[in-house]
Order: sequence, then structure tokens, then C-alpha cells
Amino acid sequence: MSLSSAPTRPVEEARGPARVWTFRHPLVIRLAHWINVACLAVLLMSGLQIFNAHPALYWGAASTFDAPALAITSDEGPNGTPRGITQIGTHTFDTTGWLGLSSVAGEQTDRAFPSWATLPAGQDLATGRRWHYLFAWAFVINGLVYIAYGLGTGQLRRRLIPDGDQIRDIGGSIREHLTLHFPEGEEARRYNVLQKLTYLVVVLILLPVMVLAGLAMSPGLDAAFPFLTEMFGGRQSARSVHFIVANLLVLFVIIHVLLVLLSGFWNNMRGMVTGWFAIRRMPGETIEAGERR
Amino acid sequence: MKSLAPHRRRFLRGAAGLLGAAALGGCDRLAETAFGRRTLKLGEDANLFVQRLLLTPQSLAREFPETAISSYFKPNGTIDPPDEAYRALVANMFSGFRLGVGGLVEAPQALTLADLRALPARTQITRHDCVEGWSSIGKWTGVPLSEILSRARLKPEARYIVFHCADTMEVSGGGLEESGTPIRYYESIDLTDAYHPQTILAYDMNGKALPVEHGAPLRLRLERQLGYKMAKYVMRIEVVDSLAKLGDGQGGYWEDRGYEWYAGI
Repeated sequence: MSLSSAPTRPVEEARGPARVWTFRHPLVIRLAHWINVACLAVLLMSGLQIFNAHPALYWGAASTFDAPALAITSDEGPNGTPRGITQIGTHTFDTTGWLGLSSVAGEQTDRAFPSWATLPAGQDLATGRRWHYLFAWAFVINGLVYIAYGLGTGQLRRRLIPDGDQIRDIGGSIREHLTLHFPEGEEARRYNVLQKLTYLVVVLILLPVMVLAGLAMSPGLDAAFPFLTEMFGGRQSARSVHFIVANLLVLFVIIHVLLVLLSGFWNNMRGMVTGWFAIRRMPGETIEAGERR
Repeated sequence: MKSLAPHRRRFLRGAAGLLGAAALGGCDRLAETAFGRRTLKLGEDANLFVQRLLLTPQSLAREFPETAISSYFKPNGTIDPPDEAYRALVANMFSGFRLGVGGLVEAPQALTLADLRALPARTQITRHDCVEGWSSIGKWTGVPLSEILSRARLKPEARYIVFHCADTMEVSGGGLEESGTPIRYYESIDLTDAYHPQTILAYDMNGKALPVEHGAPLRLRLERQLGYKMAKYVMRIEVVDSLAKLGDGQGGYWEDRGYEWYAGI
């Protein structure tokens, strides 16, 4: 596979095909994407396991046990039946079945996040931590390879920095998303502006903050780089930020997967597995097969 | 391309199915195999390697002002050892307490609390980070471990410092307490951490004698690692060249139950 010359596929009709194959994702980016999927899945589930060991969040350096910013616990309802309680600030919500109290092998069990969401499934902080650190390393190395490749080849700039015309028409892109219409034809060669901005925020802000907030919780690294923990306002703040950003990443993944489904699941999947992405020709448009712009 | 599409679809469906199956329990089974456990330990090895590169032996854990001391410092693990020998020590205000220092040393020691208080002391206000995720800030006064080790004079083959504690965690053999062998808390650190200036055996907490719930009469403070490394109710220090013969060989009570020996993160 050559990245410098634009690969082409035979043209099906003399006047131009209805679909044109374009080479969208280079191998390094495809590999980085799927390794990232595995890493984030393990990190999320083992992270929820770790959270379950002390299901409360605080702000500052130390824990204020009687006034958590968030707590997921259980108690007994008015008629003596156990229920799951999620407390955010001064508000409490009954989250029985999901948070605080959920079914493990048919039995109602006190646990913050349910068994199906944690790794390991049962309560096991020690193993959860081991999964978390092993995949944290894999995630960081994978991310560094992605960034180095993206910067070195210019892919990151070309793929993720919005073009001037895109910025000017950001309102149009918002309208398209609201009506679930997505760019076709020549315009589908590049990511749309909302997509670019979202990926930029995830790659350059959310994921690095996630790593830094994780490192800031380490008593060892706090001794080596005191400003790291200070930057977040203390270790318990760093832990809360780590949790909040994890939630934002889950939100991103949900929207990402939904949009993959809505904008042509098989085309998108083929693109991220084989690299080849089909573009539909718009009426009156001539499209040349080849690499994405 | 059209003829290839169904194959690709089947492939993608298969791949998705495999991934789903792996996610739904395959990971837990994998983690229980010898290969899985060895692989999962790689993260700890990397953490130790990188943190030792980044931390000089003298890098200090953050110290806080008096105003930062937690009004409530959560006691954790054992908070009231039931052991008779320990109860007897408490009853006599630890007047019968002797800190034993033995193993690979030239001059074994048996130090009373008065002996320990007569040694140079260090006071530090630090954050205690529990492996569960919470933190509390407290003021600790005690004797630097290095003071004790320099008096006992380590033999050249010494590599680790083991702490034997008073509190029974469980009784092995699964029988009644009278018939089984009690497993008392034990921990270990290496010499890099043992000679760190903030590594102290604390006898005071927040300006008062260390309370029972926090490990009276002596607890280890190891400020660049997590709480479970900081053994409470320390009775005896043993200097060894290997951790293989300690408990199940992983270096501590919780380490033998899956937790990392290096708890710097």
C-alpha cells in the first residue's frame, strides 16, 4: 500500500461510476483505532471496578467523607426494601437495578456499578487495578504512535483541522446533523467540521487530560512532579476529573457509534477495517477515485 | 466489489461476535490462568521501572500545612486487633513493647518506645492515599527507619525490610481460631524506600500518641506509596535478601492476595 501515490480502482462506467472507492484510512490509523477500542473498553470497565472500591468522589486534596460530591450507595427504602441511591451534591436519586444496588447472578447486591459493567465482573479491586495499569500502558503507547504518525505524515492536520470554508459554514453542518443528513459526493472525502472539532477535542484534550488526571493520583508521581497533582486542585479533584472525563468519553463513543450506524454502517466499518470507503456520486458531479483529500 | 461484500460482512459479524464473547467473561477466565496473571503483572513492572527512573531517592512526597490536616482520618484495615498478646500490650500502655530488629543485621535490636522516642525524630504532614481511592491528611512523628537500620548495621546481602505486625488477618486451615495458625499482617519494602527520608516508624499522630485504630504503638509511613504498604502494629523488623519465603512469596499480606508489591500508583 502506497501512501504517496493515490491508489485507484477501475471505473465501472464510461461516464463515471455511481460509487467511487477512496482510500480513507492508512494502516497505522486503522490499527491505532482498533487497539484504542480494546484499550478504552478494558480501561473503562476496570476503572468502574476500581471506582466500586470506594464509590464516592470529592474535591480537593483529601476526602470529605460526610460531604461527597458524588456517592453511589444503597440504603433501605421506607418499607424496608433495599434500594440503590445515587447522590450528586445535595440531590439523591433512586437508581435501584443500575447504580448502588443491582443483580449479580439473580441476587440483589450492593455495588456501585453493576457486575456487567466491571472488569472483573465480581468485586476484585486487585485484579481490576492490574487490568487498568496494563492497558493504560498499551493505551499510552498506542496514542503516542498515533500522534507521532499523525504529526509526521501531516495526517493529523489534514484530517482534523477544519478548512476555512468548513468553519464559515459551521451552521450548515449543525443543520445537517440535526436532520441526520450527511455530506455526500466530493464533500464526503473529508470529515465534516463538527466531526473534525469533536475528534480534535477528544484527541488533544479529553484523552490527554484523562492520562494526566490518572497520573496525578499516583503518590509516587505526585512526589516526582508536584505541579501535576496541584494542576487539578489536589488528588481527590484529579480522581473526580478522571471520572468525569471518563463519562465524557463514554458519551463521545455513544454518539460516535450512533453516527457510524446512521451514516452508513458497512461503508464506515469497511473504511476502518480495510481502509477503503465508498463515496456516492452526486448528480452532475465528476469524482475521481483516489485518496481522501 | 459486490461479490466480496457478503464475505466481508460475515467476517465483520464474526469478528464482532468474538469480541463480544471475549468481553463477556473471556477476560475474567484469562486473568485466572498463569499466563494471564503473568501478563497482567507487566503493568506493575512498568510502573516500578518508570517511577524509579523519575523519582530520585530524595524526592519528597508533598508535605501540607497544619490547616490541611483532615478533621476525620479514616482508619482502615485492622482497627482493633483481637490478638491476646496485643491486648496485653495495650493494657500496659505498651510498656512491655520491644521493637525487634533482626535477620541480616550485625547488631540485632530490641527497642522500647522510650528508646525510639530518644532517637532523632521527623515530623511530616502528608496525604495518606488508600488503594480504594480515598485520601486523608495527617501529621506523623516518628523515627526515620534509616536511623534504626544504621544502628542494626545491615549485612551486605540485605535487600528488603520486612515488617511483622501484631494483627491477625485470618486463620489458616479454615478451622477454629484455636486450631489454625493465625496469619498476621506482614509487608516489605526495598532499601531505596527504606532509606528515604520520609520513611519513618510513626509513634505520634496529629501531636498525640498513635491511637490503636491507626496502628499503635508503631506504624510505618511510606509516603510515596499507597496505604496498604504502611504496616500498622509493627512488632518486628526483619532484614532479608529475598521475599520468596515470606508468606506466599509476593512480599506482603495483600500482595499475596493479588495487590501490587510496588504501590506507587
